[in-house]
Formats: sequence, C-alpha cells, structure tokens
Amino acid sequence: MTVSSDGALIHARGLRKRFGEFTAVDGIDVDVPRGEAFGFLGPNGAGKSSTMRMIACVSAPSAGTLRILGMDPLRQGPAIRARLGVCPQLDNLDPELTVRENLTTYARYFRIPRRVARERADELLEFVQLTDRAGSKVEPLSGGMKRRLTIARALVNEPEIVLLDEPTTGLDPQARHLVWERLFRLKQQGVTLLLTTHYMDEAEQLCDRLVVMDGGRIVAEGAPRELITRYSTREVVELRFAADAPEDIAGKLAGVGERTEALPDRLLLYADDGDAALAQVQQRGLEPAGVLVRRSTLEDVFLHLTGRTLVD
Amino acid sequence: MGSLAVLEYHLVGYRRTWRGSVFSSFLLPLLTMLSFGVGVGAYVDSGIGGVPYLDWIVPGLIASTALQVAMGEATWPVLSGFQWVKTYFSQIAAPLRVVDVLGGQLGFVLLRVLVSSAAFLAVAAAFGALHSAWAPVTLLLVLLIGAAVALPTIAFSASITSDSYLALLFRVAVIPMTLFAGVFFPVESLPPVLRWLAYLSPLWHGVDLCRSATLGVAPAWSATGHLLYLAVWVALGWLLAHARFRRRLLD
Amino acid sequence: MVSLVLPRLAALPAAAARSLSVMERNAAALRSAYWLVMISGFLEPVLYLFSIGVGVGALIGGLTLPSGQVVSYAAFVAPAMLASSAMSGALAETTFNFFGKMKYVKLYDGILATPVRPFEIALGELGWAMLRGGAYSAGFLAIMTAMELTTALRALAAFPAAVLAGFAFGALGMALSTYMRSWQDFDLMASAQFALFLFSGTFVPAESYPALLRWLVELSPLYRAVELVRSISLGEVGGAQLVDVGYLVGVTALGLMVAGRRMAKLLYK
Repeated sequence: MTVSSDGALIHARGLRKRFGEFTAVDGIDVDVPRGEAFGFLGPNGAGKSSTMRMIACVSAPSAGTLRILGMDPLRQGPAIRARLGVCPQLDNLDPELTVRENLTTYARYFRIPRRVARERADELLEFVQLTDRAGSKVEPLSGGMKRRLTIARALVNEPEIVLLDEPTTGLDPQARHLVWERLFRLKQQGVTLLLTTHYMDEAEQLCDRLVVMDGGRIVAEGAPRELITRYSTREVVELRFAADAPEDIAGKLAGVGERTEALPDRLLLYADDGDAALAQVQQRGLEPAGVLVRRSTLEDVFLHLTGRTLVD
Repeated sequence: MGSLAVLEYHLVGYRRTWRGSVFSSFLLPLLTMLSFGVGVGAYVDSGIGGVPYLDWIVPGLIASTALQVAMGEATWPVLSGFQWVKTYFSQIAAPLRVVDVLGGQLGFVLLRVLVSSAAFLAVAAAFGALHSAWAPVTLLLVLLIGAAVALPTIAFSASITSDSYLALLFRVAVIPMTLFAGVFFPVESLPPVLRWLAYLSPLWHGVDLCRSATLGVAPAWSATGHLLYLAVWVALGWLLAHARFRRRLLD
Repeated sequence: MVSLVLPRLAALPAAAARSLSVMERNAAALRSAYWLVMISGFLEPVLYLFSIGVGVGALIGGLTLPSGQVVSYAAFVAPAMLASSAMSGALAETTFNFFGKMKYVKLYDGILATPVRPFEIALGELGWAMLRGGAYSAGFLAIMTAMELTTALRALAAFPAAVLAGFAFGALGMALSTYMRSWQDFDLMASAQFALFLFSGTFVPAESYPALLRWLVELSPLYRAVELVRSISLGEVGGAQLVDVGYLVGVTALGLMVAGRRMAKLLYK
C-alpha cells in the first residue's frame, strides 16, 4: 500500500481511452496529492467522464499508466474501490428502498458491519440534511435531495478519495449552493475531492487546482486564479449591438484592449481596465445596445484556449 | 368516425410489432394443440362423449386464445396509454370523445382477437377437427368473448398506476380460467364449489358455445342463456370502462 | 509459493460475503406487492397439477412407464410441474427482474463503484433466485406427498434435484439477459419457455414423441430436469440420471461464466 514517491493519490501518465475508432481520452498526465480538491473542467464530450470512470476502476485504460492509492486499477480494483466514494453523473439510487436503506444496504457492499452501517447512515443523513426523509422512498425526492443522498451514499465507506461527476448539473441555484456547501465541508475535513464540471463558477468555488480539457486532451492546468491571470485579462467588456454582426464590429475595434472575441450574440473585449476600454469604444462612435463590464472567469480562459464556449 | 381514427392509430403501431405477436398469439396455441390434443390425446383412449380428445379441446383452445389475446391487449397497452406513453391524453386533446378513445381501443383488441382466432380455426380445419357447418360462427363468438373479458379488464387497467397488479391479474384470473373452465376437461368432473366458480367465469360460456359450433353438438346449457350472460359482461364492462376513462381523461 | 496461494484463498470468503450483500439488498427490497406476486407464483404449478394432473388425469387413468411400472397420470405429471416451476421461478428472477435492474434502474452501476465485482453480483442474484425457488419446490413437494403422488423420503431426495434445476435455469437466464436488447426480446423468451414446457416430456413420456422431436428433446435442459426429478419421485433412478445431473451442472457453470464475463463487458465500459 505504498503511495507513489511524490505522494500523489492519483497518478496518470499518457492515459488514454478509446471506444473503437473514437478516442475519448487522448493521453493525459495527472497527479493529485492527498487533501486536494481537483477539477476537470470542459464541455460535454471533452473526456471528463471517461477519465473519472477509469479512476473509479470501472473502465480499463486503453493505454498509459494509472496508479490509484499506489495500486493498479486493473488488478486491484476491489481493494481500490473499497477506499473510493463515487457520485455518478446520473443518480442511480435504488428505487425499491427507502432513503435510509439506500445507505445501509450500500454499506454492506463494503462489508461494513450492520450496526456500524446504521450509525453511519444516520450521521450521513444528518450531514446531507435528509434526516426527516429517512423513511421515504427515493422517487418522490427532489433532484437536489436525490443528489445529496447520492453524495451521502458515496461517503458511507469513509472514503479517502471522493469522485464527483458533474455534482450539480441539472439542479436549481438554491440546491446547487447547498451541495457546494456540503462539499466544502468535506474538503475542510481533509477528504481528497475529484470533480468534473462544465460550470466555471463551480470550479472556482471548489477546486484548489484544475485542468481544462478539450477533445480528450489537457489544454491548461493550474489554480483557478492562476489560470485566469495567465490566459485572460483582469476585466472583460461584453458589448451587444442592435443590428450589426459582432464580427463586423470587431474589425472597428483594432487597438482597443488586448484582444476581442466575437460570439454569435455579443462581442467580448478583453482589457485590464474595462471602463477605460469602454470609453475608447464610445470614442470610435460605436453605440452598443447593451454593456457589461465584469471580471474574467474560467469561461474566458476556456474561450481563449479553445475558441469555444463551455456551455452551449 | 372518431373511433376509426383511434383504431387507425393502433394499427399503425401494430405494423411495427406484429411479428412478435404472431408467435405468441398463434404459434403458442398451435403448439398447445399439438402437445395436448395430439400428445396427451393419444392417452385418452375413449375420447370425451365419443369425440376424439383433440377435436374436443380445439374449441376450448380457440376460446382461451381469445381470452388471452384480449386480456393481453387490455392490460399493459391500456396502462401505458394513461401512465407511460400517455396516448389517451393526446387523443382527448384532439376533438375526440371518450367514447371514441375507448371504442378505438376496444376495436383494436377485437381485431387482434379475430385474427388470432381465425388463424387457429384454419389450422384446426386442416387437422380435421371441425365437424359442423356452424364452425365459422366461432369467429363471431370469439368477438363476444373478447369484449366480455376485455372491457372489465380495460376498466381495471385504467384504475391502477403500477403494473405489478397486472401480473397478479393473469395469475388469479387468466390462468385459473384457462385451466378449469372446461378447456382441457369437462367442468362436470370438478367438485361442486369449483364447478360453480367455473360456471360464473365468462370463459366457460364461451368454450361451451364454441364447442357446440365446431362439433355440431347441443351446448351443455341454453345457447340463449350463454349469449345473454356474456352480453351482461359486455354491457357492465363497457359502463365501467367508460366511467373509468371519463374520470381519468376529463377530471 | 505460499505467498502466491494465500491471497487467493483469503479472497474467496470476501467474494462470498460480497455476493451475500447483494442478496441482502433484495431482502431489504421485499415489499407487499412483491410478496403477493411470489405467493401467486407458487400457486401456478399447483393449479396445473390439479387441472392437468387430476382433471385430465381422470380421462387417462393409469400410465405405463417404459420400465413397466404403472403410475397414476397425476403422479407422472407432478414432478414435471415441479421442474417447470423451478425453471419459471428462476427465469423470472434472473431475466425480467435482472434485466430491469441492470438496464433501467442502473442498480449495478452503483454497486460496481464498491468492491463488489460483476461475477459476485451474478452469484448474489442467482443465490436469491434459489432461495425463492427452493421455497416453491419445498411447498410443492409437500403437496405431492400429501396427495400421495410420492413418498416423504423420495420428496426429500427430489428437493436438491429441483434446486439444481433452478440453478441451471437461473444461470442460463442471467447469461441470456446480458444479450437482451429490449423488453420485446423477453416475449420471445417467454414463448420459447412455453414451448419447452409443452414438449419436454412434461405431459407425456418423451418415448411417445415423433422421432425427430424425441432426439431434439434430449437437448432440452427442462427435459433433463423433468427426467431427474421424475425418476426420483417415482423411484426409478438409474445411470441416465448421472447424465441429467452432469448436464444441469454444466449448464449452471457455463451460464454463470458467460453472465459474469458479459456483465463485466457491459458494465465496465
């Protein structure tokens, strides 16, 4: 049970996953040390979920090295999975069982004694604020409740690493914040978190470090703030025009700010001082119908690196 | 006219799935006929009332096929129309009446019953198991049997929300009727209580009528009585099913 | 050497415990509706026994077996009903329920994130099906004994035979389920199952079948199960029963192997 020399719980080199002709993950290198909250950011189809499934030891890598907790996922799958918690993209809770039974029966798959399983189920229900629904079936629960129950289920074996695939996709804003808050508590307890997301705000909130994925490859790596400093300006001016296409306007803005990105519905103007850049736009006689000056986000990093938006 | 449009909808769907149903609603009764009529029949030395065992069970099998096809079409598809695919709700959103929706569904059930029974009857003729010019009347009788069992079943399927009760319905209604309502052996050999239960079942009345038609013998009970009894099931079934459809679709 | 062998030996009880945990899940999921379906499933072969065995049996009277022994038709049909119900019980649990859990509920995707492996899931589901099937068989044998269609001692001996038949069909069903594409495929399977039920020496001795069917039926696992259970309950056990046992054990092993592999392939994408 030795962890690899540099102390990484998850260690991947040249990791690939192919499905027939299609390459989902195209040679990625990842190292996640203990206690880190690590994110995979990218649009749908970037290869995030395939990577997560390989790390969860339910999908064999097509090529490359993968060590988890110092072990080989192909030969030591059960031993690794005993120390992982997995929260899949789509909830696969057991509809025939109650909320509490979902946790106690799941604990038995880890050979956790029944008494311990019951105690832990009650603690976890408390943790995800579902104690009052303990006896209810799963089906009538709201999306946010189901998600919290799935997270509780992933914690039933007191895992060292928790894998979360798109933990808040499909939830309303209030439910998302509740999930984030619980995940933040886990992080404070020293649990290593691995999550995929295509929400930049989620990545910024939760991740100590992240990789930006596109087309199965890693296109950038670093802490969220670091990535923004490296690949974007401090501020962004979003300009909307009534009639003209954003591409045509872009031509008239040469020399204003650092660079521009024309999107179908708006023009993004990157500059460290947004208000100053906006003043320059107006000096050139352009009259945008709508203006927003904001700080750069990971969305802008992604746009700069790939030329595409994260959520379409 | 509305019912015809609904029937047409069901027929379009059937174009994609008919192959599977040919196997289950025609081939299986045929195999049953071979296994029991020919196989077991070889051991029933003296036949029943002077009729060879195969010829004796053929009308029973036709009637019980009608029962099974009718019940099959009146259960899962109807539940699905309310619960899963929700076809009925889209139909009622068009200018159709509850009568049209129910009538179209019933029409499709009866068409399925008719086709399966006709095929079976043809095979029985090839085996020389038909002894009377009244045999074609069987095709009208299966429609009556089909409606008598399908309508109350449709009402039931329209009242439930989970399909676990449907498997149960087959076990407590369809299988006991098939086994004890005079298809495989005369109900007269049943103990009195069971015999009266058999008399109450719509299938026994259908079997007795079909047997009379294919063998050219007098039914065990008044033919008019049989027809009236089945008609009562049809009438009550229609009222129940209509009330159920109305409550589900319009409330 | 020792260090190579020991981990494997230690892994066996762990695998068994993980299979048991899958059965525990099914026990926790027992609800009232499921109970009703289970009880009605027990009634089915009993109804057949009374209808065909007793009702039609009255028209047939006695039946002379190839060995020369004359038995009542009910005594001849009853063991076949027992074997058939072991088949249908095992198949119901391992095909319909199993397929639903795998494909629609995605139950096994959740379980696979734990140390439990696909083969252990298969074993656990089969074990559960056998608990249910075993209860059915015991009840049916009690009825057969009460009706004097067999003796208590023979009924005791027939019980493991019926359980073996259940294992064979359970494993077969699970392997088949991994090839099923949609519910329509189950209609086909149900039809095939019914055809087996009609023509596996169930209602008449296989010796009376036409030549081609006579040889085809030798391959039917239900025929093997019927022959095994019948020879025990009628006291006619011979060397042929070794073939029956071997065949059913072979089907069980093959089914489990295929099911474990196919599940790994389907679930470990």
